[in-house]
Amino acid sequence: MLPLVLEQVSFVAGGKLIVDRVSMEIVEGPRTVILGPNGAGKSVLMRLCHGLLAPTSGTIAWRGAVNGRLRQAMVFQRPVMLRRSAVANIAYGLKLNGVSPRERELRARDVLEAVGLAGIADRPARVLSGGEQQRLALARAWALGPEVLFLDEPTANLDPRASRDIETLIGQIRAGGTKIVMTTHNLGQAKRLGDEILFLNEGRLVERTSVDRFFTQPASAEAEAFIRGELPWN
Amino acid sequence: MCYALDYVLKSITYPMNEILAAVAEAGRMIAQFDAAVVDIVLLSLRVSLTAVLFASLIGLPLGAVIAVGWFPGRRVSIVLLNALMGLPPVVVGLFVYLMLSRAGPLGQFGILFTPAAMIVAQTILIAPIVAALSRQVIEDAWQEYREQLCSLGAGPARSALTLLWDTRFSLVTIVLAGFGRAAAEVGAVIIVGGNIDGVTRVMTTAIALETSKGDLPLALGLGIILITLVLTLNAAAYWVKESAQRRYG
Repeated sequence: MLPLVLEQVSFVAGGKLIVDRVSMEIVEGPRTVILGPNGAGKSVLMRLCHGLLAPTSGTIAWRGAVNGRLRQAMVFQRPVMLRRSAVANIAYGLKLNGVSPRERELRARDVLEAVGLAGIADRPARVLSGGEQQRLALARAWALGPEVLFLDEPTANLDPRASRDIETLIGQIRAGGTKIVMTTHNLGQAKRLGDEILFLNEGRLVERTSVDRFFTQPASAEAEAFIRGELPWN
Repeated sequence: MCYALDYVLKSITYPMNEILAAVAEAGRMIAQFDAAVVDIVLLSLRVSLTAVLFASLIGLPLGAVIAVGWFPGRRVSIVLLNALMGLPPVVVGLFVYLMLSRAGPLGQFGILFTPAAMIVAQTILIAPIVAALSRQVIEDAWQEYREQLCSLGAGPARSALTLLWDTRFSLVTIVLAGFGRAAAEVGAVIIVGGNIDGVTRVMTTAIALETSKGDLPLALGLGIILITLVLTLNAAAYWVKESAQRRYG
């Protein structure tokens, strides 16, 4: 279904320009990291890509989509768990995607096993820890077998250990052949998990380059300032 | 005016020890499952529970649809529902009376002065309460769930169902609030039911009648049962919600 092509995409909310004429292409292969300071429009850009928001102007198209079916999923900064067991949360996503009841259960248990949550499969999802909930959210998205997985600041609310677990899991999902597109404002994470960087500032796509180039020779003054300003906190 | 005067005269004519005797007699009637009391309580429960069942069947889906949907007139319907929560029972009674009376549009069913008419009236009375309160609860949940459900591919109908299930513990409280309102109202049931002994006499209408007749023990006994019932239900609702939310988060 890739490439995902954005042409002159803008998004206005409440009279404020949040995404400003972004043109870009997300292609198969490299792990794409959308990087930028808070308020740069990263999350909104991702929601536009995923289809949760419609652009105010411009076009977004999946150029490789086969008969309109899009196999894409998204994991949010704050996972939203349904008031039911962990395994039922995964089965719910599968149900919406037309998987038969028997297969739902099997696949849900399998994916829980794969993310290391088999032991808590039958516990109510909303009482799990933040790290477990985020892993469960990833499992729920992964179970759908997406070609593209959008991750919006997946570790922003987690402690270092839980963050590391999530990063490992993202690597696992990627190894299974899923294209990863994620936002972050954390430079260390961008380095660890990214192949290419889309640098966003004040709603504009300032730079698109490989991770190595971005950190050694950023092309824009904004990117340079961002890297300098952030590095001590890394 | 006359009623007020009547009441004042009666309270003057009852000395304290007579009131205490009435309380004791009321206690005896409850303890011994007095046949008259039991019949009235059972009819009350039958009418109000059936009404709350119908009101929930109407109100819960309506609340969910208004919470999740985006259709023209949504705001108006929210304001309308909120206003309907405060419907005066006597006005509902009058309306249903006119509908069901021999000359009314639904007169052919001949259900005026039957428990069925009382169920209709109470359903009309509490369906807006269930709908308005559940709309609020479900809309709050929708704010939280919206993106996640859309992302997973849920349409509006599926989202509404999911939210109904996920807010179930709060909705139980709402349904019980509706039951409390139904069981406690007099105005609607007395007009459409007629307070016929053994047929349409429920706790509230019996209390009103017996008090004005001067039969304090029966009125007091029913009053005690009514309050105990409402208290027990609310305690149960609170407990269900608390323990469920501790368990399910």
